[in-house]
Amino acid sequence: MRKAIMTGAWALSAVSLAFPAAPAITVKGSDTMVILGQRWAEKYMAAFPGEVSIQVTGGGSGTGISALINGTTDICNSSRPMKASERDKLKQRFNSLGVEVRAAKDGLAVYLHESSPVEALTMAQVSDIYTARITNWKDVGGPDAKIILYGRENNSGTYVYFRDNVLMGKDFAAAMQSLPGTAAVVNAVSKDKLSIGFGGAAYAKGIKYAKIKKDAESPAVEPTPATIKDGSYPVTRYLYLYLKTRPTGAIKKYVDWILSPEGQSIVTDVGYFPVK
Amino acid sequence: MSSANSPETPETKGMRMATPVPLRPKIPSENSGGGAAASIGDATTQGNGASDAFTGRPGPGNPGSRRVLGMKKPLRLGEIAIEKFIQGVALLSLIFITLIFVFIFREAIPLFFGSSDHAVSLGEVGESESYGEVEGGELAADIPELEQSEAPFEAKSLVSAVWQPVSLEPKWGILPLLAGSLKVTFVALILAGPIGIFAALFTSIFAPKWAREGMKPVIEILAGFPSVVIGFFALVILATVLQQVFGFQYRLNAVVGGVAMSLAVIPIIYTVSEDALAAVPKVLTEASLALGAAKWETALFVVLPAALPGIFAAVILGFGRAFGETMIALMATGNAALLTPDLADPVRTLSATIGAEMAEVVFGDTHYRVLFFLGALLFMISFGLNAVAEFFVRGRLLKQFNGN
Repeated sequence: MRKAIMTGAWALSAVSLAFPAAPAITVKGSDTMVILGQRWAEKYMAAFPGEVSIQVTGGGSGTGISALINGTTDICNSSRPMKASERDKLKQRFNSLGVEVRAAKDGLAVYLHESSPVEALTMAQVSDIYTARITNWKDVGGPDAKIILYGRENNSGTYVYFRDNVLMGKDFAAAMQSLPGTAAVVNAVSKDKLSIGFGGAAYAKGIKYAKIKKDAESPAVEPTPATIKDGSYPVTRYLYLYLKTRPTGAIKKYVDWILSPEGQSIVTDVGYFPVK
Repeated sequence: MSSANSPETPETKGMRMATPVPLRPKIPSENSGGGAAASIGDATTQGNGASDAFTGRPGPGNPGSRRVLGMKKPLRLGEIAIEKFIQGVALLSLIFITLIFVFIFREAIPLFFGSSDHAVSLGEVGESESYGEVEGGELAADIPELEQSEAPFEAKSLVSAVWQPVSLEPKWGILPLLAGSLKVTFVALILAGPIGIFAALFTSIFAPKWAREGMKPVIEILAGFPSVVIGFFALVILATVLQQVFGFQYRLNAVVGGVAMSLAVIPIIYTVSEDALAAVPKVLTEASLALGAAKWETALFVVLPAALPGIFAAVILGFGRAFGETMIALMATGNAALLTPDLADPVRTLSATIGAEMAEVVFGDTHYRVLFFLGALLFMISFGLNAVAEFFVRGRLLKQFNGN
């Protein structure tokens, strides 16, 4: 038995010597995009066996961009656009401002407890609630009770997106409880009748999505694949791939495949929205 | 071998006092020739040689035994090598601590002296190239690109009540974080202190042998319990139960975090207190019982006061554990940087802040350095607490019992 195993091991190592390993592409970045990135890699490697090996890891958008700047990853997944300071660092290092690929679209939802009487909120109301200008539910058509705020940790792309696009650059209220991960926010809101939360539109259980009005007169829109795709739902964002330079060779083929109908169909499977 | 007639060092003397008649000659690596010869004498001449070793005088048979020593030289070199190896491994942990210390401080110090950042404004840096055309529905709103202001960091900004590191105008007030850590630690110690100490008192004095043998390992298993499991338990179950019982407005708060943290602290306080109580000489207990004191009186008024320095050390160590615990705080305290006296408000602790924010900071910028500063602060606090605890155990407890 042991002999058989040894023979097998020798045979394997001989094979691996005879056929040099496929070129590797490393992908690193956003935790939001890890599942999407892994699904892309699996399907791509299954479609073109033996051509490339793709390794996908998370760590966060900032981690991925740092890795791109340090030259330790080929492709960076990011759920937020690169900052000017990061582009500057990339330029100092590689004399390139980076190449941005918009790979998918994501809608952010505002969660309410399923029993909440509040149905729709305007962007201004959401902003006021999260900056503690509105602290009581009765100001937005709910019961006379304090609003309990839940949100994402400040290292997440979601936090930054919400701050820049909903709060318009203002600070979150200090009383906001920040939780690691969208699932944790959903879980917390589902257990707390007087709470409000925000995160990706891909999760839902025990909660409901608030319909969002762009301003007081515009219609209330629920986040659905259709409204996110056509842009009528106001809180949407892109998910990006970043590269150091314009893609060539194996990386170009991979990026082109991600943007092809095949790659984009995986985006829908994972719960995000295609860019094409 | 240069100082053949030098007197024996106190250490080797003490060592040999512990084993007056060694079966095998123990040859200290850096000992004088006289001492080594005498110890060989121990083995050969049994009792007679031993008294020689006690006085430390070089025996008359020195030249002869030196020849014996010469014959054993290869063995001796091997022993030196083994001793040095063990010594080196022990030193390794010391080196690790020092390196961690140096690294953390090296990353934190540029915060105060000189800046590694340089201001970047949007105008100076161009846009990234884009690749792959996007068709169909555009985003509802153009994403405004807002950049953090790159105002130079000032050390005094650390002492403020607002912690907003990922803001357009970052605010680095560590006071709410410090207060959060202290609140959670306070709740944890209020619960874990009495429980740990009384459990230790029970096992060391009241418990029958079978109970002691069952209880000790069980509590020690609790010490090895993964803190993420405790945190998860607190997040899902404990928070709901405590909210229903006490009617907290916030589900996750300092009390929930502190109660969960006490589960991690109890074993530390228990184990160290147990050791301290066990070290109290039986003479004290017996004397107290002989004078007619009840068992509980003996426990509370004789044994407990005698072991007090050790119990104090246990509480200090528990404090350090609670202060540095990350995962439980991250999951169960709500992580809102509020500076309020109310224990039922959510809090954000120092360690949870590092745990939550380190993953995505841009390496080398102010936020990164401030987090390392928080790390250095935690390091110094736990280092100080351990030093104090050590001082109390070594300096007070042992002195009290040994009387020297």
